[in-house]
Amino acid sequence: MAIELKNVNHIYGQGTIFEQYALKNVDLTIDDGEFIGLIGHTGSGKSTLIQHLNGLLKATEGDILYNGESIYREGYSLRDLRSHVGLVFQYPEHQLFEVDVFTDVCFGPKNLNLPDEEIKKRAAEALSMVGLDESFYKQSPFELSGGQKRRVAIAGVLAMKPEVLVLDEPTAGLDPRGRDEILGLVSDLHEKQGLTVVLVSHSMEDVARYVSRLVVMNHGEKVFDGTPREVFRHYRELEKIGLAAPQITYAVHALRERGIAVDEDIMTVEEARDALLALWKEKTC
Amino acid sequence: MLREITLGQYYPVDSLLHRLDPRTKLFGTLVYIVTLFFADHVLAYAAAGVFLVLAIRLSHVPVKFMVRGLKAIVFLLLISVSFNLFLTPGTPIFQIGFLKMTWEGLVIAVSMAVRLVLLVLGSTLLTLTTTPNQLTDGLERSLGFLRKIKVPVHEVAMMMSIALRFIPILIEETDKIMKAQMARGADFESGGLIKKAKAMVPLLVPLFISAFRRATDLAMAMEARCYRGGEGRTKMKPLRYERRDRLTYLFYLAYLVFSLFVKIAL
Amino acid sequence: MGIIKTVNLIFDYIRHDDETNTDEINHALRDVSLEIEEGSFVAILGHNGSGKSTFAKLMNGILLPTEGTVFVSGMNTNDENLLWDVRKTAGMVFQNPDNQIIGNVVEEDVGFGPENIGVPTEEIWERVDRSLKEVGMTAYRLQSPNKLSGGQKQRVAIAGVMAMRPRCIVLDEPTAMLDPNGRKEVIRTVRELNKQEGITVLLITHYMEEVIDADRVVVMDDGRVVMDGTPKAVFSQVEELKKYRLDVPQVTELAYELKKAGMPLPDGILTIGDLTDSLAAIL
Repeated sequence: MAIELKNVNHIYGQGTIFEQYALKNVDLTIDDGEFIGLIGHTGSGKSTLIQHLNGLLKATEGDILYNGESIYREGYSLRDLRSHVGLVFQYPEHQLFEVDVFTDVCFGPKNLNLPDEEIKKRAAEALSMVGLDESFYKQSPFELSGGQKRRVAIAGVLAMKPEVLVLDEPTAGLDPRGRDEILGLVSDLHEKQGLTVVLVSHSMEDVARYVSRLVVMNHGEKVFDGTPREVFRHYRELEKIGLAAPQITYAVHALRERGIAVDEDIMTVEEARDALLALWKEKTC
Repeated sequence: MLREITLGQYYPVDSLLHRLDPRTKLFGTLVYIVTLFFADHVLAYAAAGVFLVLAIRLSHVPVKFMVRGLKAIVFLLLISVSFNLFLTPGTPIFQIGFLKMTWEGLVIAVSMAVRLVLLVLGSTLLTLTTTPNQLTDGLERSLGFLRKIKVPVHEVAMMMSIALRFIPILIEETDKIMKAQMARGADFESGGLIKKAKAMVPLLVPLFISAFRRATDLAMAMEARCYRGGEGRTKMKPLRYERRDRLTYLFYLAYLVFSLFVKIAL
Repeated sequence: MGIIKTVNLIFDYIRHDDETNTDEINHALRDVSLEIEEGSFVAILGHNGSGKSTFAKLMNGILLPTEGTVFVSGMNTNDENLLWDVRKTAGMVFQNPDNQIIGNVVEEDVGFGPENIGVPTEEIWERVDRSLKEVGMTAYRLQSPNKLSGGQKQRVAIAGVMAMRPRCIVLDEPTAMLDPNGRKEVIRTVRELNKQEGITVLLITHYMEEVIDADRVVVMDDGRVVMDGTPKAVFSQVEELKKYRLDVPQVTELAYELKKAGMPLPDGILTIGDLTDSLAAIL
């Protein structure tokens, strides 16, 4: 297991009248090599949760283990933890600050006090992982397109060589193609580089296509945890907490109500197409 | 972490003091501060004390809340009191080693402390009962005469009010960028002064860029809503003196006369 | 003539490079002629960099055409004397909810526009009351904008525009930074303004779900109008939309895939209802 959260609570403004539970009794185990989607509406606690994973926020109660070791143990290096658990914030391009792309990506490994050679090697690797070649190295990060800036920012975290990559809504504000590119990139990092990935999103359509496990948060609590199929079966409850299953799930349920016997677990366009075509062939032959 | 500064924050209740015209309150604060500075008689302090207690009672702000604001100046208070106590030459009360406490020192220390507490409480009361907007409005109107000598009063007031709106946003943004850089291994806490200053670059550059972007956006949004300076502008909430303001000014006059009398006659 | 009319509109961004003393020209709009009918709900789609945001900013004189003309209710935006009238007629809502709210209190922000155009105090209050009601934000009128959600902030921004009594609202990707709930909230508000107040709406977006109820959909690519028609007509051309880097709603894509495989389905299926009806008929 990579990360284990044990009964984690986070309370803002404890002891004041503004006391508010941001996380409530959260138990969560993230295994090595998983691709997890973390879903919840704004204010559900998902952003607070991921900031616990690399020790940026400290749990008010409860414990967090990384590879079996408590990160709250005295003398535990949070800085090391942050190189193992890479966190990409929402709109990560807003953190770029260096004169050129390459130097900016070097910032993370430089903070790890690595030798110069290693820093450069890691930066080059990270940039190639996000699909930016040498022609970008000397460009100012501020003159790139929105999607490219975001890739540079992701490379900045990848250069720390994390084992777990956590991304907070990496597709926010991008157009459909930009979105597909970033999601494709993340999926590649999971498959080809073997990274454990936690993807925070509020788009069920995006998540259904890629992740193997969904964790749904509401009011600081974990309300669902399972495969996308299992979670989408609760589409009515999801709706009550301000979320929605993919449109195709609704379409499938609507079809079933009209007596068209398609499998209720269908969640992508391709699956729906195949199921309906099969039905149609049966009918016409 | 940066969000918890409460000193002088607006306290939203309804009271006579809240309803007073901001100009009345600004002027009152000015009168109060001036009399405090010239006070050199017990009666003058007493008068200022009565003035303050009256104002606090009329403001409906809990005394506990006001006293909490004093915490910020405790340190300053201690220093000035001990300096005056021990460093004023005069008739000694007692002496420990080289530290000599004098009667003259005691008198000055106590009057300093009283003056400082009264001053801070009085001026926080202004911000506790007046929204930042009313305050800028009040300043804009009170200082309107400066326009005659080409001081851009309206523009300055508009800038102040925009700054007030964006301070919380920029504080939140600072927090976010700081965390994002910490996630990349940045260290903002350890090291000497130079190292710390250098560590600020990854925070300040993005912050400035974002502030400029916001400024450009805002300017565009203001233009789109037909903003073109103070010329020909009307007010949604124009300042108007009411009966209560006129009565308050009468009260100021009485207070001022009394303070002057104490100053000159006693 | 429609409320908005553009004639051979061209806009270039020119960036001057001091070192080489050359100008880099970026053609954001290449010859756009479009007429928007008063009272209609028109969506403009396009990927980032297609020119749609530039188009929006030309509609109320924030940008002025490099060539060609924009008429807002018959007024040429190039005419400096008419600039403020143009801006009063065509209000604008921007993408970032934080960067367009000026006031420290919701109602004061809504009053900002009327103050600027010299509306008498009493009427400002009437307009503010009414605008807040129209967007359903009356309950929040005394709050600080910083305490609101993204969707609520955008509704305040819309109220701020409505208080200028415009005939047309141009919304430049108003939902791009919002979560799904906020997005629905904003679109619902805009649609109501269109239906109930008869305000012409020009919605710029790249979210397909938001435009299926529009009267007309215009697709832009590389500074040109490439598709223009009813949502049904535009969305039946799934291949072409994909070419312009755009999505279609999942049900539309499913219907398209089924049709391609030979199933006899009608064109332009946009909603779950459309899909189930047509499928129930043949299955």
